[in-house]
Amino acid sequence: MLAKLFFGYYAAVIVILSLLVVTRKNPVRSVMWMLLLFFHIASLYLFLNAEFIAAIQVIVYAGAILVLFLFVVLLLNLREELKVKRFIGSWPAGLFVSAAILAIVINVIRSFVLAAPPGKYSIEYIKEATHTKALGTILYTEYLFPFEIASLVLLIAIIGAIVLAKRKTRSH
Amino acid sequence: MVPLNWYLMLSAVVFMIGVFGFLTRKNIIIMFMSVELMLNGVNISLVAFSHYLQDMRGQILVFFIITVAAAEAAIGLAIIIALFRNKSTAHVDEMNEMKG
Repeated sequence: MLAKLFFGYYAAVIVILSLLVVTRKNPVRSVMWMLLLFFHIASLYLFLNAEFIAAIQVIVYAGAILVLFLFVVLLLNLREELKVKRFIGSWPAGLFVSAAILAIVINVIRSFVLAAPPGKYSIEYIKEATHTKALGTILYTEYLFPFEIASLVLLIAIIGAIVLAKRKTRSH
Repeated sequence: MVPLNWYLMLSAVVFMIGVFGFLTRKNIIIMFMSVELMLNGVNISLVAFSHYLQDMRGQILVFFIITVAAAEAAIGLAIIIALFRNKSTAHVDEMNEMKG
């Protein structure tokens, strides 16, 4: 009962905050609501016994990505952008499309039952091995190659961001 | 115990709010934030599945999704800066050079 109450609070706040994020006119306010949203999502991860994921949600999403967003929002001076309408003219079409897909997905989820047998990472196992260690063991053995590819993706992102945002210098 | 379906429904709602924002907003920065919202919706359902299936692989996938989201945000914001430098606007409906 208490668990359902907690989940209800987090679900309601997450939905309200996501709506605020996509409907506010000022991007700075959107970023701030998104910060609060990410903290709530991190709490939901804690609720699901995923401490390490909750930590990187706060560190990477709230600490790095959102600061990057805030930095760009403040870098681009959007004063006159705030005077025009926030939605495109045909926004009811977008609302219809997303509401229709949501109705379909919710209908599918309602009749969904988990039939697969549970794996070996039960709460007791994770509690004994600690979550970060259990995650790291899988990441560095079974998923070592994807992990290396992820580092390559980040390297390409760094180079790409520098190349794209660099001011063209006059070549002689 | 909260049923798994509740988490999946929450995830679907967050994802679809992201889709709505991406389809209807004019400001390109908020469109990018809607993409992040969609990724977060997927992450919620992956962590929920991981918990209920007692399998850590879902959380590994979340780890990679966060990595790719960081890369995507860096490149996307660099594109926005380059775009703003050339057009001095952040509104997507004023960018129609690619229109045939």
